[in-house]
Amino acid sequence: MIDFFYQTLWALDATLRVATPLMLCAMAGIFSERSGIVDISLEGKLLSGAFVAATIASLTGSVWLGLIGAISASVLMSLLHGFACITHRGDQVVSGVAINFLASGLTVILGIAIFKRGGQTPTLSSGERFRPIELWFVDALDNVPVIGAIYRELISGHSLLVYVALLCVPIASFILYKSRFGLRLRAVGESPIAVDSAGVSVTWLRYRALIVGGVFCGIAGAYLSISHGANFVREMSAGKGYIALAAVIFGNWRPIRAFWACLMFGFLDAITSRLQDIDLPLIGEVPAQLMSALPYIMTIILLSGFIGRPSPPSAIGVPYKK
Amino acid sequence: MKPLPRWADLILLPFINLCTAFFVCGIVVYIIGENPWEALLVMLKGAFIYPGSLGYTLYYTTNFIFTGLAVATAFHAKLFNIGGEGQAYVGSLGILLATALFAPFLPAVFVVLLCIICSAMVGAAWAFIPGYLQAKRGSHVVITTIMFNFLASSLMVYLLAGPLIQLGQQSPQSDLIPESAQLASFETFLGLFGVDIASSPLNLSFVLALLALFVFWVLIWKTRLGYEIRAVGKNQDAANYAGINVPKIIIITMTISGAFAGLLAVNEVMGVQHRAILNFTAGYGFTGIAVALMGRNHPVGIFFASLLFGALFQGGAELDFEFQSITRDMVLLIQGMIILFSGALAYMFNPALSKVFSRITKNGANDD
Amino acid sequence: MMINKSIKTSGGDTACYILELQKISKSFGLVEANKNIDLQIEAGTIHGIIGENGAGKSTLMNILYGLHRANSGEMLVNGARVKIKSSADALSLGIGMVHQHFMLIPRFTVLENVMLGSEGGALLSKGRISTANKLKELGQTFDMEVDPYVLVSDLNVGMRQRVEILKALKGGAKILILDEPTGVLTPQEATQLFEILDKLRENGVTVLLITHKLAEIMAITDNVSIMRGGEMVGHRKTSDTNPQELAELMVGRKVLLNVEKPKAKPKEIALNVRNLGCYSSRGHKVLDNLTFQVKSGEILGVAGVSGNGQTPLMEILAGMRKPDEGYFEILGKKIDHETKVSPFTMRENAIGHIPEDRHKHGLILGFEAYENMVLGFHNTEMTGEKKLLDKNHMLKHTADRMDEYDIRPRNPKLLASSFSGGNQQKIVVARELYKNPKLLIVGEPTRGVDVGAIEFIHKQLIQLRDQGCAIILISVELDEIMGLSDRILVMNKGQEVSTVNGDDANPKDLGLMMAGISEEASN
Repeated sequence: MIDFFYQTLWALDATLRVATPLMLCAMAGIFSERSGIVDISLEGKLLSGAFVAATIASLTGSVWLGLIGAISASVLMSLLHGFACITHRGDQVVSGVAINFLASGLTVILGIAIFKRGGQTPTLSSGERFRPIELWFVDALDNVPVIGAIYRELISGHSLLVYVALLCVPIASFILYKSRFGLRLRAVGESPIAVDSAGVSVTWLRYRALIVGGVFCGIAGAYLSISHGANFVREMSAGKGYIALAAVIFGNWRPIRAFWACLMFGFLDAITSRLQDIDLPLIGEVPAQLMSALPYIMTIILLSGFIGRPSPPSAIGVPYKK
Repeated sequence: MKPLPRWADLILLPFINLCTAFFVCGIVVYIIGENPWEALLVMLKGAFIYPGSLGYTLYYTTNFIFTGLAVATAFHAKLFNIGGEGQAYVGSLGILLATALFAPFLPAVFVVLLCIICSAMVGAAWAFIPGYLQAKRGSHVVITTIMFNFLASSLMVYLLAGPLIQLGQQSPQSDLIPESAQLASFETFLGLFGVDIASSPLNLSFVLALLALFVFWVLIWKTRLGYEIRAVGKNQDAANYAGINVPKIIIITMTISGAFAGLLAVNEVMGVQHRAILNFTAGYGFTGIAVALMGRNHPVGIFFASLLFGALFQGGAELDFEFQSITRDMVLLIQGMIILFSGALAYMFNPALSKVFSRITKNGANDD
Repeated sequence: MMINKSIKTSGGDTACYILELQKISKSFGLVEANKNIDLQIEAGTIHGIIGENGAGKSTLMNILYGLHRANSGEMLVNGARVKIKSSADALSLGIGMVHQHFMLIPRFTVLENVMLGSEGGALLSKGRISTANKLKELGQTFDMEVDPYVLVSDLNVGMRQRVEILKALKGGAKILILDEPTGVLTPQEATQLFEILDKLRENGVTVLLITHKLAEIMAITDNVSIMRGGEMVGHRKTSDTNPQELAELMVGRKVLLNVEKPKAKPKEIALNVRNLGCYSSRGHKVLDNLTFQVKSGEILGVAGVSGNGQTPLMEILAGMRKPDEGYFEILGKKIDHETKVSPFTMRENAIGHIPEDRHKHGLILGFEAYENMVLGFHNTEMTGEKKLLDKNHMLKHTADRMDEYDIRPRNPKLLASSFSGGNQQKIVVARELYKNPKLLIVGEPTRGVDVGAIEFIHKQLIQLRDQGCAIILISVELDEIMGLSDRILVMNKGQEVSTVNGDDANPKDLGLMMAGISEEASN
């Protein structure tokens, strides 16, 4: 019984760690798509952020510069996406695919040019990463049954970026629903011409939405390479950008719901390795590939309209022309 | 602003976009400390000049023709099929199935034919589901095909490392396919006529690719089905008004699209590897997007775009070989730039070009 | 150089115009939408701007409101030269606009829509209360109250227009532009709108009323300016002019306000509609127990304000949609909810369909003319006898039709988008009439079409009728309905209100019927 309890705690703990980049990218996706711009390039931004964070942290020894670098790289990619989609009204899916390719290529090319390690960046030392943080009262609560364990294992002991990510969700929600910027952003995704005729610049709004998204993705990228991991390896984003997109759809483009979707996907990922050697009743051994494919299968089922109908912003994907 | 003359729109503008893409890549090459011109030269030599290089280039071209046709077919109905990667991957299952069922009983010609049909059919089936979901349930085909790519990946890993694995092997790959299903390479084929060419993976599936281009042309522009596909792509409401069954057309288009993609497996599995290996699609599916965009969804354009990318891939391998600091990932960068400039920013130079043209025609008129 | 210019008005006062346009020009590519427009608006008046569809009125207003930028010319507000580069500039100058197609966000509430652009702070909580109060105040002053917390998607058209007006007023508009405001209103709702405009004028708001309806100009405006072909061709004081003069200025020549047509000779019943009903995707009943007949050799006009079931009716008759209740018989063939139909089978049964939106349904703008000429008939011998499409056959067919209908330019390979509205419509008409249909369903045949083409198309329809075709004509233009129809069926909220003979019809009665009133008084 106790063993099961601890197993669950560890699984939830791992969930949070896996879900962190997902929820950040999902918030980015929500901001971008709610403003009317399809964003397939979450993956590319995530990868770029990871690369720049690891590179700068390695070269300067400072995690904070690495974080700033990651955010800058991701924002730069977002601006490129904006340049193609907003200023030149190009096809948004095509632009997203292009950015993903660019990220894949550039991260390795530059990585080899700088470090000559076949695309990897050097392993960072403990001081060059975001280390797990022990929250206050951890020791004091140790003696409290159940809660003490939960506090130590699940709540405390994460890196700073995990807490930042958890904060980003309510912040994103607040901005989207309670601020002027959020109202206008949601409006422009429904009807850009209504926003234009109300005297607000559609272009500037959409650029800002993309920039905000870039910041979130940058943090996620930094998390991958200088917090969760200790360096950058090629293609380390491993499809997380697409899973985040799936979470956005699952959450019907709402931050809190997308957050739960991210947790769910994170949970699936976390228990995959655990289930591998376990014989489930009736099913037998569960192939690891099936578990890793579950988020995709679930998204497809959702998109087929079998569990509710997703309702995207009305003007999404259509470039605005006066 | 006057519209551009047709030749400028179809040839000049894409050419300018291409040059821009290469120019930007050249800057990157310069930044990492190599000479862009040298790099370009090496690529060209590696793609066409060195012995066997043309063969390699055309071998890649074959793959891109198939995936380019897949994307282009779907584009004509205004559908974005990003799932070429997965559709090609599972096409190999069709081949394995066909060889298992028919190879023991039938002569080589029939086996090859049936393998081709089966690989197309399985690829088609993999695209059918996203097509069906889009047509009947409104699920966006871009998202579903991305998901299906990942599904294909997971499925193939499971099969190749599990039930289909070649006994005694550690790496995930299937058994060798029987000889009757193996396609002769061009080297062998021409050797029969006494012609000697350098060794390369180029095989008879190249002929199949050229045939596919022709079939695509006839289908889209000469048949009534093609008319309906183009109508749906240009204006779904009008297509509906005209009595065209729009959901049916969407499904059919995606299915045909998947079939083209599935044929890639004919090249890789039957022509080159003679077995199914992990990840043999190696990004060809995504390159198909660039090919279709550059080729403007037209068979002639697709052929030349495929040739371009074939040269790029082969030249990229040479780059990797000759330059220390450049790897094949450079090709990813070039690909991304081409997709960016020929796709998303395709009309960026349109205003500037228009001004140039109107100035030329104005001057021309003034000279009268 | 004209800066603070005061001009004598026709009344003899020396007053600064609240708004003045000087030599405004605007082109879209090769099309000159506005050519050297001069316009002077007196403060506190209702000024009408009238012209046909395509005369350039909307473009001019969009320039005034900052949605388009003029290529040349000046704008003056209260005598001072201004540059209006965006809607924000216009709003800050006190110019507000209510567009033809509402600029509201259906998923937002009334409050959120009104707040958009003037939220009153970075956080919404502050602005919500003050905006709600302002809405209440404005609503009471001008007698147009609206519940701020209702979703716009739940409001009907008349109410949505109110929200648009309130939004403009809340923004402090002193000049209110209304672009074709009555297109979607019943005559009674239009009257209510005019009462609101009167109140606005009383309160010192200047109103610019853009319309193509002569009756409205005569009813409510103080001054009127007439546009034709992108140019301003005249200014009049409304009390000094009359509909005939205005119509001639609009069109450029003497106009027959009524089409001449011979008496109809109807024969057997071609279309028999019984208890037809259907639901929208949201579950609203859009057609309710509709029963009527159309005979060969007569034109049945279906009148009604746009959105009262005409579109679903057309779609059902054309085979684009299934009826949920009831049935109809076309030329002997019965079609109900169970029958498998498609527009294709309808065409095979000699039914033609000229849709109300040619850009949406009638044509594929990205296709060339010859490909459009076979649209809907592409699976017949119109595309040739062979297995593959016979391009030469299609080209010849198209060239012949172009000669027959005087479609210009005479180029079958030209993209449909390159043809003018009138010529595009002629392509559709040529196509649908080629197979000599026995029943023709026509929707808004002359919307956005120049006068020459209008006359041509009307003549074609009468000719077809006299050849024995049954025609059901749906149009929101009462003039067109009254001019062409032998009998008129009036629809409201998906139901038949009444059917009258063409000769007995008059606009006032029809207007009441369009609002759903046959005998009872309105509320």
